[in-house]
Amino acid sequence: MMASKRPKSTGDKKNDSADSAGSSTELGLPDDIFPLVLTSGTQELFECRVDKDVTRESPYKILRKEEILKDMKTRAAVSDFHPIKQTVLNYPGEELLLMFDRDFTCGQNFYLVLTEESKKRILEPPVSAREDTAEGTSLDSPPCKTPECQPWVSLGSEREIEEESVRDSRPRLKYRISRVRRKFGAPVTFTDCNAQESKDKYTECTSYDDRKFSIERMEITTGVQAVPTLRSISTQTRWTYPRNMCSQYEFREFTEEEKENIANSENFRNFVNSVVSRFEVAAQQNMIFDVFFNDWQALHEEDGIFGGKVETHLKEYQSFTDLHFTKEKTISDINWHPTINGLIAVSVMEKLSSEGKINGSAKLLQNPPLIFFWSFSDPINPQLLLECPDDVLSFQFCPSNPNIIVGGCMNGQVVLWDVSAHADRLQGTRSAAGKATSANECALPAFQDKRELNTPVVRYCAVSGVENGHKARITDVQWLPENFEISKAGIPVENKAHICVQVITCAPDCCVMFWDIRLPRVTTHSLTERKPKVTETPHLNRSDVPNTFKHLDLSWKPFIKVALPKKGTGAEYSPLKFSLRDNMNDNQTGGSTETSEQNLEKSEGGTEYALLRASSAKQLKPLEDISTRFYIGTQDGEVVYTDWKMEKDNDSGRLLSTKPSHCFLVHDGFINSVRRSPFFKDIILTVGGWTFAIWKEGVMNGPIIHSSCSPKKCTVGYWSPSRPGVFFIGKEDGNVEVWDLLEKTHEASQTQNLSTTQITCIKPWIVPPKQHFLAVSDHSGTLHILEVPWSLRSPSYNEKSNMAKYFEKEVDRLIFLNKRKEMRAKEKKDKEAEEQKKKMEPKMPEKLEEQIEEENLVHYKTYLAMEKVILKNMGLLSDEEPALN
Amino acid sequence: MAEVEETLKRIQTQKGVQGIIIVTAEGIPIRSTLDNASTVQYAGLIQQLVMKARVTVREMDPQNDLTFLRIRSKKNEIMIAPDKDYFLIVIQNPTD
Repeated sequence: MMASKRPKSTGDKKNDSADSAGSSTELGLPDDIFPLVLTSGTQELFECRVDKDVTRESPYKILRKEEILKDMKTRAAVSDFHPIKQTVLNYPGEELLLMFDRDFTCGQNFYLVLTEESKKRILEPPVSAREDTAEGTSLDSPPCKTPECQPWVSLGSEREIEEESVRDSRPRLKYRISRVRRKFGAPVTFTDCNAQESKDKYTECTSYDDRKFSIERMEITTGVQAVPTLRSISTQTRWTYPRNMCSQYEFREFTEEEKENIANSENFRNFVNSVVSRFEVAAQQNMIFDVFFNDWQALHEEDGIFGGKVETHLKEYQSFTDLHFTKEKTISDINWHPTINGLIAVSVMEKLSSEGKINGSAKLLQNPPLIFFWSFSDPINPQLLLECPDDVLSFQFCPSNPNIIVGGCMNGQVVLWDVSAHADRLQGTRSAAGKATSANECALPAFQDKRELNTPVVRYCAVSGVENGHKARITDVQWLPENFEISKAGIPVENKAHICVQVITCAPDCCVMFWDIRLPRVTTHSLTERKPKVTETPHLNRSDVPNTFKHLDLSWKPFIKVALPKKGTGAEYSPLKFSLRDNMNDNQTGGSTETSEQNLEKSEGGTEYALLRASSAKQLKPLEDISTRFYIGTQDGEVVYTDWKMEKDNDSGRLLSTKPSHCFLVHDGFINSVRRSPFFKDIILTVGGWTFAIWKEGVMNGPIIHSSCSPKKCTVGYWSPSRPGVFFIGKEDGNVEVWDLLEKTHEASQTQNLSTTQITCIKPWIVPPKQHFLAVSDHSGTLHILEVPWSLRSPSYNEKSNMAKYFEKEVDRLIFLNKRKEMRAKEKKDKEAEEQKKKMEPKMPEKLEEQIEEENLVHYKTYLAMEKVILKNMGLLSDEEPALN
Repeated sequence: MAEVEETLKRIQTQKGVQGIIIVTAEGIPIRSTLDNASTVQYAGLIQQLVMKARVTVREMDPQNDLTFLRIRSKKNEIMIAPDKDYFLIVIQNPTD
C-alpha cells in the first residue's frame, strides 16, 4: 500500500507541475501572458519596484533577455524567472515586456508577455483604436439605394428545416377487407365467459409505484397568518427581608347608641315603609307559587311505572342452603349484619310439630343448633357458625357493637356471643363482596391459611341461668338503643356509655324481661355474695371462648320482669312479639352505615363489658320523651298495649308492673309479627292468623286497617324500608305478598311464590346506594335473597305525606265508625225503650160500628158543604140550582 | 319607632322567614333578628353583591336602578331591597 502510494504521490507532483505550467491556459488567460511573482530583491535588480519604477499609469517595463538569463544562472532555482526558463530561452526577440498587474487580474502582481506580436499589440494598439473611431465619425452617410435582390446565401438553416419536415419514408400501403355477404346480419349468440378462468382472455394493467415518475409540486396555495409576538415575562421584586406579620380585623359595628339614633331617624322610617311593600309582594309570590319547582323532573318519578317493560317482580339474587346442617331444619330468624354488606346471619332450628315438642329434644345432642353467617361471596360455605345451647328462635346483633350477638333459646335461656376474634374474617368477606381485594388475600391458594377454609365455630360466651330466665321459649329478643337505658323502676334514663347495654326478651310464659349486660351496681350486701361467684367457674374454661361476658355466665338475671295480667280475669297474656316506640334499632335496615360505623369506632375503643357497672338510677337523668308503652302480640291473637313502668304497690312495697291499658282481640291465630313502620313511629303492623292489621298508637278503638281473611295463613310481615306504604307478608304456602296501601287495600298488589313450604321470616336490607335486598327464609331451611326492583323500592312522589293522610283518613273513619256504632246503639236502645213503653200503655177500647158510620156521615156532609162553597166561588155553580145531594 | 318595629314584625311572621337584617349602605348592621356572627357575615357579603348588582344595572342603562334582588339557593331564598342609605335583607325558606 505504502509503496503504491509513493508512485501516486510522485505522479501527483508531476501532474501538479504540468498543471502549473498549463495553468495559464486553464485560467482562461490569453496564451501569451504568464503571471509572475517578483520578489523585492528581483524588483530592485531589474528596476521594477512596485510604485516606484512601475505604477498603474505606466505598467510597462522592458527587460532584456540577457539579463534574465544571467539572473537565472546566478540564482538558479531560486530565481523568480525559473518557471519560465524554457519560454525565455525560446523567446525570439531581445527584449521582454513585463507588465505590472496592480489588480492581480492574472493572478500575480506581474505578468510577462511571451510573444512579440502581443508585445507589439499592447504597446501600440491604443493608437489604432483611436484612429478607427475617428475615421468612422468623419464620413457622411452614403446616399440611400434600394436593396437589390441577392442570391440566397445558405448559412446552414436548411438542415434544421430538413429535420423538422415530415415526408413519407415509404409508399403508403393500401388494404381492402371484405367479408361474405351472408355473414352480415346473421343471428349471433353470445355467451358469458368468466374472465378470471383463463388468464389469456384479459390483460390487466394494474397500477404500480413507478419510482422514476414523480411529480414535484412547485406551487402550493396556503394561508399564512401573522400573529403578534407574545412574550411572557415575569419580574421579581426585591424582597428586602422577611417579616412575620399578622393582622387582625373585626367587623365594623355600631354601638347601641348609634343604632338607636339611626333607628329613630326619619330617613330610616321612610326607608322601611317604602321597602316593606316590595317584600310583601315577594313573600306572597313565594307563597302562591314555587317558580323553581321542576315539574318535568317530578313527573318522571311517577311516570317510570308506565310505558315499557317494567320489572316489578322480586328477582332472585341468591339462595343459601347448607346440606350438612340444615337438613330437616327450618330457619327461625334472619338478621343482616349491621355494618358489613353482604353478610347475613340465620338461626336454624328443628322443625317441630306439636308431637315433637312434647317428645322432647332427643335429637339435640347429635347436632348442636347453630347460627349461620352467610356471605354473598360464598354461597356454599358459611363464613361463621355460632354454637347455641338450644334452638334459637330469635337473635339480634348489638347495634353499637356488631360483634356482640344476643339470642333467645327454646329453653328460656338468653345467650350472648362475642365474635370479635373473627371480625377480620368477616370483614374479609365484605371486601370480597365489595369487589375490592384487600392486601391480605393471598393470590396463591396453596399458601392460604388452612384455617380459613374450615368454617370456625364460635361457642357462646355467656348464657343466663335456667332458673333465672324464662320458663318458656323466648320468642323475641331486642336490644335497647344506645341513647337510653332503663332503670330498676322502669324509667328510661340517659345512657352515659352510649353503647347498647340492655336487652328485652319476651316469652309465652307471660312475662317480658329486661336484662342488663353489665354487672349490677355494687352494694355493700352483694360484695360478699359475689366474690365466691367470681372465683368459681362452674364449667370448663374453654380457651377459644372470649371472656367478654364471663361476669354474666350462668348468673345472669333480668333486672325487671314485666308481668302481663289480663283485665278482669286472673289469667295473663302470653306475649310472642313486641315492639317499642323508641327502639330505632327495631327497623335497622341498612343504608345508614355511617352511624353504625361511628358506633363501631366508639365501641372498638375497647369496651370492657366486665368492667361496666350499672349506674345508680339517681345519678342519671330521666328522659322525658321516651315512651315506656309498647305493643305486644300474644299467642291468642291479642294485641296488648301496655306500660313497662313499674309501680310501687302500696301494700307490699314491691314494684309491680302496671296492668295493660288496652287489649284487642283481632287476629284468629297467634301473632307472629309486630313491626313499627320505619317512616311513622306510631304505625304498627301486626300479622297473625289469617289476617294482618295496622294500628296507630293513640287510637285505641281498634286497628285502623284490618285486612280481609286470606285463604292461607299469614306467617310473617315486615315493612319496606324505603317506601312508606309498602310492606311484605309471607304466607303459609310459600308466597310473598307485596302490599301497597296506596294502590290497593283489599288485596296484595303483587304475589310471588318462592317455595313450597311456609315462609318463616322476611327481612329487607338496603345496600347503598341502590340495591335493596329482601331476605326470605322458608320452612325447609333455605334462605332466599331477592332483589327488590326499582318500582318497589323508590317511593313515589309525596308518598310519605300521602300515606300520612291515608292513615289519618282511616283514623277518622274509625272514629266515625265508632261514633256511628254508638249512635246506632243509642238508637237501638231508644227504640227498644219506646217499644217497651208502648207495650206498657193501656189498650184503647174498640169503637162500635154504628158510631163509626155516624162519624162518616157527618164527615160526608161537611164535605158536600165545602164542595158547594168552592164551586160557587169558582162560578161553576149557579145560585138557582138546587144543591146536589 | 313603634311602627317600624311593627312592620318588621309583620315580615318576620310570614311563613318561612328565618331572619331579617337591616344594614347601612356601608354594610354595618343596624338591626337584626339573627345572631351577631351570622349578621355581620351576611352584611359584609351582601353589601358587596348589591354594589355589584347596582353597578351592573346602571351601566346598562343609567336611567335604571336596582329595586330588588332575590337570590334563590337550594335551601333558602335571600331577598334584598336596597335603598339610598340602607338595605333590608330577608332570609326565607319558601317551600316547606
